[in-house]
Amino acid sequence: MSATPKTSGMAKLERDAVLELASKNRRLDGRALTDYRKIKIETGIIEKANGSAQVTLGKTKVMVGVKVQMGSPFPDTPNEGVQTVNVELTPLAYPTFETGPPGENAIELARIVDRNLRESKAIDVTKLCITPGNKVFVVFVDINVLDHDGNLIDASTYAALAALMTGKFPEYELKDGEVIFKDSFQPLPINNHPVPVTFAKVGKILVADPCLKEEEAMSARLTVGIDKDDFVCAMQKGGIGELDSNEIKAAVETAINKSRELRGIITEASK
Amino acid sequence: MSGASLTMYAQKKQLVTPGELLAQGDYYPDLNTFKIGNSVYSTILGISDLRENRLSVVPLKHCYIPSVGDLVIGTIVDIGMSGWSVDINSPYPALLLATEVLNRQHSQRTETDRIFSVGDLVKAKVIAFDRTRDPLLTVKDRGLGKVTHGRVMKISASKIPSLIGKEGSMISMLKKESSCSLSVGQNGIVLVTCESPENEELVMDVVKMIEREAHTHGLTDRVLDMIKKGRKGGKVVEGEGP
Amino acid sequence: MSKEKAPERLIDDSGLRIDGRRPEDLRPIKLEVGVLENADGSAFIQQGKNKILVGVFGPREIHPKHMVLPDRAVIRCRYRMAPFSTEERKNPAPSRREIEISKVIREALEPAVMSEYYPRTVIDIFIEALQCDGGTRCAGIVAASLALADAGISMKELVSACSAGKVGGQVVVDLCDLEDKYGEADLPVALMPNLSAVTLIQMDGKLSREEFEKALDMASEACRQIRNFQAEALRHKYQGMVDTEEPPATGEASK
Repeated sequence: MSATPKTSGMAKLERDAVLELASKNRRLDGRALTDYRKIKIETGIIEKANGSAQVTLGKTKVMVGVKVQMGSPFPDTPNEGVQTVNVELTPLAYPTFETGPPGENAIELARIVDRNLRESKAIDVTKLCITPGNKVFVVFVDINVLDHDGNLIDASTYAALAALMTGKFPEYELKDGEVIFKDSFQPLPINNHPVPVTFAKVGKILVADPCLKEEEAMSARLTVGIDKDDFVCAMQKGGIGELDSNEIKAAVETAINKSRELRGIITEASK
Repeated sequence: MSGASLTMYAQKKQLVTPGELLAQGDYYPDLNTFKIGNSVYSTILGISDLRENRLSVVPLKHCYIPSVGDLVIGTIVDIGMSGWSVDINSPYPALLLATEVLNRQHSQRTETDRIFSVGDLVKAKVIAFDRTRDPLLTVKDRGLGKVTHGRVMKISASKIPSLIGKEGSMISMLKKESSCSLSVGQNGIVLVTCESPENEELVMDVVKMIEREAHTHGLTDRVLDMIKKGRKGGKVVEGEGP
Repeated sequence: MSKEKAPERLIDDSGLRIDGRRPEDLRPIKLEVGVLENADGSAFIQQGKNKILVGVFGPREIHPKHMVLPDRAVIRCRYRMAPFSTEERKNPAPSRREIEISKVIREALEPAVMSEYYPRTVIDIFIEALQCDGGTRCAGIVAASLALADAGISMKELVSACSAGKVGGQVVVDLCDLEDKYGEADLPVALMPNLSAVTLIQMDGKLSREEFEKALDMASEACRQIRNFQAEALRHKYQGMVDTEEPPATGEASK
């Protein structure tokens, strides 16, 4: 069951400070309303994974490992590989993250990242079929949140994208229905680079890339996913507040502009 | 814009829904309404009412939120060292402190056991309640205490004013015509005590009808009619007050 | 054992959809209020082949106590699909999709409920999707708003909801399951019409900026239409309690 969460331990004074600044179109750390924090992307850090990346967005740190294994296709898509995304909000990332199976926040986060990748067809699953109806490659995208300072959605998706773009899986040949793996590797078939831009509604304004304090003061959250051709490929409103149509449309415009810059950073880091 | 511009959208005594626009202009948003800019909206499913320029909505249904001074009828659900937990048909469980029953400071568990047991029905009065603490009850006043006979029924707390009637007119008529004793808790619990079980059934049916038809015209006549057709006569039962 | 095949065309030559609707047409909707004996408030919606039942309990005492909020009611919401609700039997265990939907539905209803009137209590909303054919989270929200009103809970406004999307190259409203599966985009939206406030918006698929704006506008318009049906359903149930005239014969509304 989903239940109204307890409000964070954030003191009223701090929340008021964030809202007070917002009423003047300013932010705690002095950023412009659509500015992102410093982004650092490292790839290929986990040799045992097929692809990996760590994104540091401000103080938020997320590590993604991609594993590619043989598996069975879904019955209604016998010629396609499988993509599956999982998120772990590890307890070391934040004092109130608990051990145990994923709760609704981890599940929602995983599904938003999945949506961005799936709807933009970032992974070309048609190229992951081994024997139709029988054997395909399954791409596991496992997201480990290591340190939470806000905007886990964007950080996780950028890390997933970078891990996929630098990911490799073995070349193989089929001999009498048997799969024989070679020693050489091929890059994962990545066709699109979806970039989500997440906003927090603080007071009456939307700010991009909210830090944790802004998230704790926000009434609602809006994530807009834009693919490489400027199409909207994903969207998700979160939080117990409300948005209006014009705000949403303006956010889409900002996201389209912002995503080009962000995509450049991710692509550069994934060379 | 001149302040004389007033537009009513809902008629007086009209069924309105949450979020429905009631009026625009210089109206005061009273019970169960709110105002944004110039527009007054209802916050519940209920009947609109207008007195001078005060707009309010009478709810068709609502849960019982205690008020200090309310008479309530509740069930003992737990016994502790300091008193009893009482279910008063409210989202807020009530506490009847031992000090509000006995005339001394404290009690032993064995004593509290003997006075009320789990499952007992009590008539009590709310002596304290605010939004940060559960309601506190007392049985020290006359007529309060354990209920030992009669039938108990539950109606929506929002219908209690209709059951009581203007200045008690409805409830007085009911008692007189049925020759029964009725205790009405503000929390929607009604205690009916008659000489005969048939009369108790009849009165309970009448109360149910009042609950259903609280906002209709001609109710008093229909109630009188129903009792007269159904009653078997009998004496008034001694004892308990309203 | 899937009987489903991808439809050849989602929009035919005369611009009609697979079920004969025009792009701006809603599926027939039937709403009923106060259908359960025990719940404090309840409602049933039938929208196309969707059949969804909602029960509301509360405000009531909260258990476990540690969940309590000092200054407002906790709102709890569970969206669940019955195992027999879909073509392929659905495993009764809560799926990740149901968990996400429970969260977004709760977040869609929260802004409307005046939870600060009921501190330290809980309002429970149970949504049972008995038959699913696309757009169930929106239909669930429509019925849940009615159930909350039926329970006598204070709300700023009823929340209405409807999906829009792109199917066969056309922007349409109220996608059925086939359209959702084989179409180009699905955009569920929940709206508090009198405040023009969007309380749920999600998107799957691919839309240009112009298409997105058109879909959002069409969904909002559909929500306003549905809000009228919601009010009608409440009146149909309770009008009889206000005067002694017979309530109108039908509570059904289509289109």
